[in-house]
Amino acid sequence: MRKDFDAWLDGETELLDRLPEAAERPDLSLDELSRVRQEEAVRIGALPRTRALAEKHRKRFRLGYRLAAVGCCLALMFVFLYMTAHISSYGQENPRATEVSDRYVRDGLEETGATNIVAGMILDYRAFDTLGESHVLLTALLCVIVLLSIDEKNMRSPYGDYSQIRLERYFPTEQDSILHKVGLVLSPCIMLYGFYVLLGGHLGPGGGFSGGVVLGTGLILLSASMGDGVTDRFLSRRRYHAVIFCALGFYSFAKGYVFFTGANGLENHIPKGTPGAILSAGLILPLNIAVGLVVALTMFGFYNLFYRGGNGEDYHD
Amino acid sequence: MPFLWNFPLFTILLSLFSGVLCMLLPWRAAKWFTVTLECLLIGLASSVLWYTASTGTAFTYPMGEFPAPWGNEIRAGSLEALMALGFLAVLLCSVLGGWTFLRTDVDESKLHLYFGLVNLLTAALMALVWTNDVFTGYVFLEIMTLASCGLLIARENGRSALAAMRYMIMNLLGSGLFLLGVVLLYNLTGHLLMVPMRESIASMIAENGERPLTFALTILTIGLGLKSGLFPFYFWMPDTYGSATPTSASILSSLVSKSYIFLLFKIYCRAIGPEVLSLLPLPRILLVLGVLGMVFGSVAAIRSGSLNRVVAYSSAAQIGYIYMGIGLGGPMGYAAAMFQILSHTVTKSLLFLTTPQLASVSGDSLLLENLQGSGRRAKAAGLFFTLGALSMVGIPFLAGFPAKLFFASAAAEGTMTEMWIVLPALAVSTVLNAVYYIGAVIRIYTAGPGGAGLRAREIYASEHGVQPVLPPKPDASRHYFRLSAAVLTVCNLVLGLAPWAILRLLEQGLSTFS
Repeated sequence: MRKDFDAWLDGETELLDRLPEAAERPDLSLDELSRVRQEEAVRIGALPRTRALAEKHRKRFRLGYRLAAVGCCLALMFVFLYMTAHISSYGQENPRATEVSDRYVRDGLEETGATNIVAGMILDYRAFDTLGESHVLLTALLCVIVLLSIDEKNMRSPYGDYSQIRLERYFPTEQDSILHKVGLVLSPCIMLYGFYVLLGGHLGPGGGFSGGVVLGTGLILLSASMGDGVTDRFLSRRRYHAVIFCALGFYSFAKGYVFFTGANGLENHIPKGTPGAILSAGLILPLNIAVGLVVALTMFGFYNLFYRGGNGEDYHD
Repeated sequence: MPFLWNFPLFTILLSLFSGVLCMLLPWRAAKWFTVTLECLLIGLASSVLWYTASTGTAFTYPMGEFPAPWGNEIRAGSLEALMALGFLAVLLCSVLGGWTFLRTDVDESKLHLYFGLVNLLTAALMALVWTNDVFTGYVFLEIMTLASCGLLIARENGRSALAAMRYMIMNLLGSGLFLLGVVLLYNLTGHLLMVPMRESIASMIAENGERPLTFALTILTIGLGLKSGLFPFYFWMPDTYGSATPTSASILSSLVSKSYIFLLFKIYCRAIGPEVLSLLPLPRILLVLGVLGMVFGSVAAIRSGSLNRVVAYSSAAQIGYIYMGIGLGGPMGYAAAMFQILSHTVTKSLLFLTTPQLASVSGDSLLLENLQGSGRRAKAAGLFFTLGALSMVGIPFLAGFPAKLFFASAAAEGTMTEMWIVLPALAVSTVLNAVYYIGAVIRIYTAGPGGAGLRAREIYASEHGVQPVLPPKPDASRHYFRLSAAVLTVCNLVLGLAPWAILRLLEQGLSTFS
């Protein structure tokens, strides 16, 4: 038994795979099944032999864990209080420490054309960081697709074919009449507001990230209240990927062009426009739209992946 | 400005774009596209290396029209170019060398996403190597963390999901601490770019003393130490590296953890400066933790019973060497640490690519007792494993030997206390390395049935009455493994046979670095 456990530690076998599953023992009730599983786990060495021993291990672990957690928190608190005492108060800093923010505030409007200086800062002065940040979302999306999207491997196991039972577990939220009616009224308003936040990002508070979140919420509400069919109709899996590709591809290309021309001292031919007009601030508006689309679709994708393991036609086929 | 100065930007942008493109491609196209891209990037990085080494200079490249303290910036010198070249070569070899297992471990409908993640990880790797800005470091560190979780979880079995979860929690904790450190540094200095930050720190230390800086830097160092497996944070390593598909294990152990260390080194040298750093207690603490890691990592490796855990725990020991070098400081200590990064990168990826080949001829078991005689059954894999193991132990003419030699000479140049800590630690650690690596080599060449003990697939099959997943038939992918293992071995031999040339290159890079 000990050997089995050692082999499991070394990554040889999946010990818990060897416990009986509900599908194998339909004759047992749930309580009986859990008792049988417990006994089997003790037998193969995955659990300590007696309840008292398990309790003792757990207690010792919990005590140490809590003490360590409290210690770490106290140390961090001390560090932050100490640092707060050492940060010089606003307006009294040495000139060297504020030269960056001074220029952003003083010349931001003139140099980027955006009345919202924050937008000018993240999409023009420090655009490289934001380029990375928008790809962080893509990376997270790819990870969740790899983990949750349904495939042969995570749907079929020796215990049964989950691709059949997932249809039964699926709770049709659109049959809830309150959600259906409220969603019908609210989701267009939310999406409209999302577009407003997205398109006005260079003029006032807002921008790609915040507008995208609102837009994504509207899409999720639409899908939850009207049924997946509605969103699948205009956002198939292919189109979903294509939109993300176009948005991020455009972002990389546009910013690559700006980095290249800027560093090589070339003219970049992108007009700044009149500050305050809707078509102004150079690339900031199109970049906000690209980022907003990526954020909205990523959120919507997360919802779909967690809710039904994929989006678009791959769910229905 | 020479056109070649644009190449570091191209490496980042091309791999970011390819990450997005792979999402749309079928998996075969994604695979060949990724391989072609890596070759192209290797070409770009080698031309940058050629340029910086032949002119003996380094250059900074503004990202956009705004100059240094206001806009982002990247920087390339011999050191960065050498690291980028080494990392890219190892990445290419990992992708090709683990292809046999990648094909069975990852579902076909998700292979193209796997390559997308590999490309995003490449972009992060390049950005972390080239960056001249602390916050850019944080952004691409996030991409690196998420992409490596994706590579880990792509195997989709219970164990790898569990390992990925633990890896993600540890890594997010590390990222969070790193971000706090960056915020505190920004608060103190008002800058995110490394060079202005360094100037600001010099004037701040004269006014306020160095204690606020010490706290900020400690938090940042703990964050990156957690992520890279510094002692005592190495306990997540064996599960993570042991349960991933070989390509992921190789990428995670040899590239991801090194890129974090390189970022930390860059912050130390370029944003803080060696002079200020020597006023702080941090280098001495890193030295001690590095030494402890060298010993305890090896002890854990000796105690574990399966080959991939041995190799994983030895990573903890080897990372201890790197931190020890950074702690020693001085031109020689830094050069030795950088040499160790290169040497460990090429050797560890070779080992992680070979162990599953040995297991596949031993009933798919990685337990040492079942691997008996596997070197005779799989001759090429046995040979490559032996070379890698000997290099890890530090046999002359292989990459591990000059690394240890450089550490010893760096210690001899330092103070008496440093010498009395480092030299015995090197000796003890080498003996411990030899105990488990030579033991493993003897084991795989001892005649024996092998795989006669526990065979995971057969047990699974007999208990569940299902058809076991058969190991893939030998096909062209066998040659991929041999080719990439041969390339890694050649890199290892270059490092081992011409260490002085590499050292000169590193010293040249370091002279313009800080």
